[in-house]
Amino acid sequence: MKRNLIIGAALSAIVVLAAAMSFVWTPFDHAALNIPAKLQTPGATHLLGTDHFGRDILSMVMVGARTSIAVALVAVSIGMGLGVPLGLWAAARKGSLLDELIMRGNDLIFAFPAIVIAILITAVFGAGAVNAIIAIGIFNVPVFARITRGAALSLWEREFIMAARVAGKSAMRISAEHILPNVMNLLIVQGTIQFSLGILAEAGLSYVGLGAQPPTPSWGRMLADAQTLVSIAPHMALIPGCAIIVTVLGLNLLGDGLRDYLDPRLRVARV
Amino acid sequence: MARTRPNLCAMLRYSLKRLLSLFISLAIASLVIFVVIEVAPGDPASFMLGLNAQPETVAALRAELGLDVPKWQRYLSWVGGMASGDFGMSYTYRTPVTEMIAARLWVSLPLALYALTLSTLIAFPAGIFAASRRGQAGDIGVMGATQLGIAIPNFWFAMMLVLVFAINLRWFSAGGFAGWDKGLWAGLHSLTLPAISLALPQAAILARVMRSALLDVLGEDYMRTARAKGLSARQTLWRHGLRNALIPVLTIIGLQFSFLLAGGIIIEQVFYLPGLGRLVFQSISARDLIVVESVVMLLVFAVIVVNFAVDLAYAAVDPRLRSRT
Repeated sequence: MKRNLIIGAALSAIVVLAAAMSFVWTPFDHAALNIPAKLQTPGATHLLGTDHFGRDILSMVMVGARTSIAVALVAVSIGMGLGVPLGLWAAARKGSLLDELIMRGNDLIFAFPAIVIAILITAVFGAGAVNAIIAIGIFNVPVFARITRGAALSLWEREFIMAARVAGKSAMRISAEHILPNVMNLLIVQGTIQFSLGILAEAGLSYVGLGAQPPTPSWGRMLADAQTLVSIAPHMALIPGCAIIVTVLGLNLLGDGLRDYLDPRLRVARV
Repeated sequence: MARTRPNLCAMLRYSLKRLLSLFISLAIASLVIFVVIEVAPGDPASFMLGLNAQPETVAALRAELGLDVPKWQRYLSWVGGMASGDFGMSYTYRTPVTEMIAARLWVSLPLALYALTLSTLIAFPAGIFAASRRGQAGDIGVMGATQLGIAIPNFWFAMMLVLVFAINLRWFSAGGFAGWDKGLWAGLHSLTLPAISLALPQAAILARVMRSALLDVLGEDYMRTARAKGLSARQTLWRHGLRNALIPVLTIIGLQFSFLLAGGIIIEQVFYLPGLGRLVFQSISARDLIVVESVVMLLVFAVIVVNFAVDLAYAAVDPRLRSRT
């Protein structure tokens, strides 16, 4: 089943390349208004058409990919950066008060859906792309903490960890030198999946105005703009929507493919 | 009978333990929300009265809103009020927040339940179908469809539904809520497109869970025994497979409910539904922070309580879980 891996990697690569390319070249200036050319359907000049201000949609989608990728990437990094050490720590002190505290803390964070965190932050500090990053990042912490702890717990029972303990290594060194490398595959797979969820969440948050603000282009905002015009200019909604679907589908297939490729025995509870 | 007594005791102890952690979770969650909202710059009283207000007027309003007492006292009275169903007074509308939330809940709650029903109705047959044809074209087709279902943003799908079924076919209105006073049918009719869009990704997830739970069960020895005693493949699936696969599936359904309630916030924006989501966004722009605080607490409360209920149900079904914490 290498098919998933190949299709997923290809779709993801297209999106990343489009985002990277937008730094040096886009067909048009994504922010340039051109009212006479507004609401054009896809055609020869504007490959994917124009929006209600005459902006080139292809250019906007390319630059918007940057926002999506950046937000999701930083959010997953926050989740991994905090969640993985917490999970390793909890596993190393299995059954202790610390373990209990970390896991209960995780449950508590789990009770705050990303949109609720974003609402809270926005109510206090005002809207911005940073809110989306923090909201999705916080949401990711317990995901990584749980999966790391679960995998680490079973590793702690293994002989090679015993050997390391007999050799006098501290729990911290064992976690860093032996446990972490062995849960890495799992984390890469989960990271890919959380990345795709981050893209979806970012789009939703910026759609309702809790994420990226103008003039930062983002797919969610493009959809919000398209909403009132959906009957006269459906392409304004179709194109950013397809961009999101292609990205998320690509990352999910990549995650599935990586899981099978890295370790066929790995059975992640993937829903 | 001697066997059931310790069992009951274990269940009771487990329930009490979980109940204690439920209250601790609620206390910490409410504290976090309160502290975050307290950090917000600006004083509600001066915001309400505008720039030219006299200091005395502001002070009087602060006293009226109960803003002049120490913070810890305000936290306690906020929590105490919520426990008795009193969320306080809205800063902008000067009406009880409880009334505002109750009115909106009549939209958000039925929407979440409607979506949950649809998601279950789609996911069960799809998951069972895929599991019973493992590896065949039907399975691959359903699994491909669920991959797509997970990747589609629900608010975008909602816009497409509006385009097709409201604008082109005119089967539904493009937005707004008819109100329950126009009858059950009118209310459900205006919640149908929102519920479908909310249900789609959840149905895709649930179908995958259903399939993998069934496949796990199908590999069990007792399934082979059931076949060996002469049941057909179909009968084993329905009588033994489904029943045992239901536990993980019910867990996910429980978790999805709170997710649907929160996810409704975005979908309500697409359809201009007067639910909790719109209330929150109006309150954010009006700096009516007490309403934001209350709605957020309500959503978090829903997640925590549903998780608690799921845990208890799980322990009631599976005795092995009671010994764990």
